[in-house]
Amino acid sequence: MSEVKIDKKLDIRGAVCPYTLVKSKLGVEAIEVGQVIEILLDYPEASDSIPKAMLNYGHSVLKVEKINPREWIVQVRKEVED
Amino acid sequence: MDFTEEQLKRYSRHIILPEVGGKGQKKISDSKVLIIGAGGLGCPVGYYLAAAGVGTIAMVDDDVVELSNLQRQIAHSVETLNVKKADSAKKTFEALNPDVNVVAIKERLNSKNILDYFREYDIIVDGTDNFPTRYLINDACVMLKKPLVSGAILRFEGQVTTIMPHDGPCYRCLFEEPPPAGLVPSCQEAGVLGVLPGVIGALQATEVLKLIIGKGTPLKGSLLIYDALGVNFRKVKVPKNDDCPVCGKNPTITDLTDLPEEYCSI
Repeated sequence: MSEVKIDKKLDIRGAVCPYTLVKSKLGVEAIEVGQVIEILLDYPEASDSIPKAMLNYGHSVLKVEKINPREWIVQVRKEVED
Repeated sequence: MDFTEEQLKRYSRHIILPEVGGKGQKKISDSKVLIIGAGGLGCPVGYYLAAAGVGTIAMVDDDVVELSNLQRQIAHSVETLNVKKADSAKKTFEALNPDVNVVAIKERLNSKNILDYFREYDIIVDGTDNFPTRYLINDACVMLKKPLVSGAILRFEGQVTTIMPHDGPCYRCLFEEPPPAGLVPSCQEAGVLGVLPGVIGALQATEVLKLIIGKGTPLKGSLLIYDALGVNFRKVKVPKNDDCPVCGKNPTITDLTDLPEEYCSI
């Protein structure tokens, strides 16, 4: 699998719902359509809810990966204008 | 745009809405809304717009708070009896949201001052229930091409419409002239269910926010009529009148004039 180019990294460790989503949404608003954002989070529920919310907004979720026992990364490609 | 941590929390339910988001919330905080009347309608409109984070809200009212107002005018309280309503509302709204700048205008609008006040604002909200002021506001909005969100209430019935000057009908397209004084009873004479202005004011606030974020369909070209007793919402189409004396093709009203007022602060 080819490596995805990451245009923006967002660290939302320490944030809990719904601020995980608030911060992720603002992160996606700050990039252009076609660009990819990588979100680093440590709130377990958000590893499930953020990808679902991003799909609902019309974006693509490229990857959801548990990188250690407490942290996840979620890669989202912006597909539609806000 | 940068939000403080407090603002992220305060506006989180807006920001996660696809139709609002951070960009829409920024538009809300950059907007300036002028509300005429800090009474039954003006209170809930201003209250919700303050909660939403509208950057500047002007409250225009020269009356003072009376005990008989408190059955429906929810920005006031026993603490602000005899205080100017505009000041009372400012205190309440700024306590709810310190992000908001509330401008208290303790004057009656007239043909001389109205244009100068309106020019400073993006959207005008009519929360009066006397016809002379209602027509003056309509004409001023048409002349300045300002969107006007109009509400009215009596007894158990209320109505709302959004006037987009020259892009839809105005108030005079519907009724060219005000009814003769005394024909339509005021709420002082006829009464009003206290919660009714809450319903209508919330609808007006909704229209204002939609205009600010540029989403949805404005309630233009229609009058939305709410009947609380029968629980009916009716939408009556109102056509634009090409012969309208103020927004028609050959307007006959080109200057503002003051009509004798029979004021009733809802």
